[in-house]
Amino acid sequence: MTTPSADDARPATAGRASAPGPEPSAPQQPDAPTPSTPEPENPAEVATQAPATTASNGDQPLLRLVDIGKSFGPVRVLTRITLDIPVGQVTAVVGDNGAGKSTLIKTISGIYTQDEGQILWQGRQVHLHSPKDASDLGIATVYQDLALADNLDIVANMFLGHEVVKHFQLDEISMEKTARQTLADLSVVTVRSVRQPVGSLSGGQLQAVAVARAVMRQAKLVILDEPTAALGVTQTRVVLDLIKRLKSQNIAVIVISHNLTDVQSVADRIAVLRLGRLVAVGPTAQYDAESIVDLMTTGTSKRLADVPAEPSGSSSEH
Amino acid sequence: MSTDVQEPPPGAADDPDEVASEVALAPPDVIADSLGEYVKIWLSRIRNGDSGALPVIAGLVVIVIYFQARSSLFLSAGNLVNLIGQAAWIVMLGMAEVFVLLLGEIDLSIGYTAAVGGTFTLWLLLPPHPAPWPLAVLVGLAVPAIFSGLEGVIVTRLRLPSFVVTLAGQLLAFGLLLEVMATASPNGGGSIRLYNNVLTDIYAGSLSPLASWIVMAVAVVLVGALFLVRDGSRRRSNLTAPPLSVTVLKIAAIAVAGVVVVLIGNTNRGAGLTVVEGVPWVVPVVVVVIVAWSLLLGRTRFGRYVYAIGGNAEASRRAGINLNRIRVLAFTLCGLTAGIMGIIFASYLGSVSTGVQGGQNVLLGVAAGVIGGVSLFGGRGKMVGAVLGGFIVAVIYNGLELLGLGAAPQNIWTAVVLLAAVTVDTLARRRSTAA
Repeated sequence: MTTPSADDARPATAGRASAPGPEPSAPQQPDAPTPSTPEPENPAEVATQAPATTASNGDQPLLRLVDIGKSFGPVRVLTRITLDIPVGQVTAVVGDNGAGKSTLIKTISGIYTQDEGQILWQGRQVHLHSPKDASDLGIATVYQDLALADNLDIVANMFLGHEVVKHFQLDEISMEKTARQTLADLSVVTVRSVRQPVGSLSGGQLQAVAVARAVMRQAKLVILDEPTAALGVTQTRVVLDLIKRLKSQNIAVIVISHNLTDVQSVADRIAVLRLGRLVAVGPTAQYDAESIVDLMTTGTSKRLADVPAEPSGSSSEH
Repeated sequence: MSTDVQEPPPGAADDPDEVASEVALAPPDVIADSLGEYVKIWLSRIRNGDSGALPVIAGLVVIVIYFQARSSLFLSAGNLVNLIGQAAWIVMLGMAEVFVLLLGEIDLSIGYTAAVGGTFTLWLLLPPHPAPWPLAVLVGLAVPAIFSGLEGVIVTRLRLPSFVVTLAGQLLAFGLLLEVMATASPNGGGSIRLYNNVLTDIYAGSLSPLASWIVMAVAVVLVGALFLVRDGSRRRSNLTAPPLSVTVLKIAAIAVAGVVVVLIGNTNRGAGLTVVEGVPWVVPVVVVVIVAWSLLLGRTRFGRYVYAIGGNAEASRRAGINLNRIRVLAFTLCGLTAGIMGIIFASYLGSVSTGVQGGQNVLLGVAAGVIGGVSLFGGRGKMVGAVLGGFIVAVIYNGLELLGLGAAPQNIWTAVVLLAAVTVDTLARRRSTAA
């Protein structure tokens, strides 16, 4: 699945090159691509891009996207997306409708193949041609519809397609134990029994089961598509706690969300997409809700000028 | 409540409504820890329309009491054996439909394909040069299995509705029946006789009374041991198991049913000087099929996938399940089970005729499944449901016949029961999707 390539070193170099800070110039290496916003309009914006490509040499991000581009026919959906997904952190991808969030996560999860750019998994270039390629690497995507069968119980759903079979029979006992352990590890304590049909669960519990299924298959990166979109206040809290729990287990998390309150409470880093371009990436603390909205809608934010720019992207390095 | 499996900490995010709906929807086996609580949870599930087998059994009992009150002959041994005979083939068609109903599909062709299979079997058994009966049976099973399997291929490859494909299949199978019969039995006037004693004995022959007791006892002990061992290994692994009292009650109920069947079978039902006693062979034949198909659906990967596809086909596809393979296999098993019915039916009548009501029989099979709690929308129901539903249909036919009433009330009352069952199914589904 993973194909080491001669290009391995290049993106790392490019990353370091573009890392140092606020100056609005493109990196100087001849072969290095320009950063995601080719015509930076103000220093603050460029400053926000810096952390996108920061990683020290020995500390590879789990996933690195380099200059990802994708078009559907004449429509350009993604343009030169360069983004790092570090281990043990929650990266929120936000953007208005049509900003390219879905296309981006579908590219990462192997449903689409990018037209341009590279995907590096633990520093090695990989080619994701199918969802199976991605899941073999340890990338698990939990889509909004969760893909659970209401009529089956929690155990059956978590093992669907990967059942444990002993003597031609389903080994219910070992599956049930594993399922219970996984849920317990994620502190999912509100389900009465792992033998109840998922049709009887609440929205937050459903989300938890879907996430637990991903974690159980040794996912290293979990992508959550609008995990709180349909949930009430209490259920949302359950899911946000779950995301924090994933993080503490050293799993990288990407959250796609429209809900900026949720994003700010759970994400370590925010990546803002607008019209297929990455207009800002940085630690969550750097943005307030209004600046994110500004970035999502106009691609820039005057407010950011007031915020002290992150010094040379070093804050996200360790 | 003291039933939490994972002991939520106090103040865990749980609003009361949510807990109530969970209690209502989770099977009592997994969350009750006493008999009293089991009953309580079970009652709340009935109110939600998802109740398992007991209401169907209750309905059956009510109908039986009604007929017994109207005619004291109803519960006589002779009539009950007759009833078992009538129920057997309806049950078998019902079990055949369960495979496809669980997928949210239907197979309307099997009433006639079963007759085509039966015709092939009887043709091979014709004197003066009969084939060995196992071979003849094999052909009789293979023909409807392949027929339905091909329907499954058309349904999956061309993505056509199974209702239409198998309706065409029904017409085609009837045509085939006429064609095959004309070749197999040119002078039979559209029917072919059964000339094999082994197959005739499915209905006409019985186990000896002693053998009936022994077979029943062994079967009950095996099932009981299976239940207890399963519960025991769950407890040893620290998993919740149904309360012992519930399991014992279940085993007792099965034992009582077994004893009743044997008592009925062992009562002399002969007229005058002839003694006819013992459980007819058709009973163990049907029981073996019930057990085998229940294990297949409940304990194997194939069965799990059938339920998963019926519940959420897209989720199953994303889980990496080969939907088309499972669907075609389910159709094939539906046809295979119909083949068994064809041979049982041939034994029941002593012949196969082109006058067989293939179109109506298959609908009785579908009715048996739906009355027994198998959802028309897929994903919900069990093999044993088709057995109970088949018995209800058979009791209605048998009882009304005994009362000297004709086809009109038989069909009307079957229609009423079927409509009631579909209503329950639909309401339950609406409630669960609304929740």
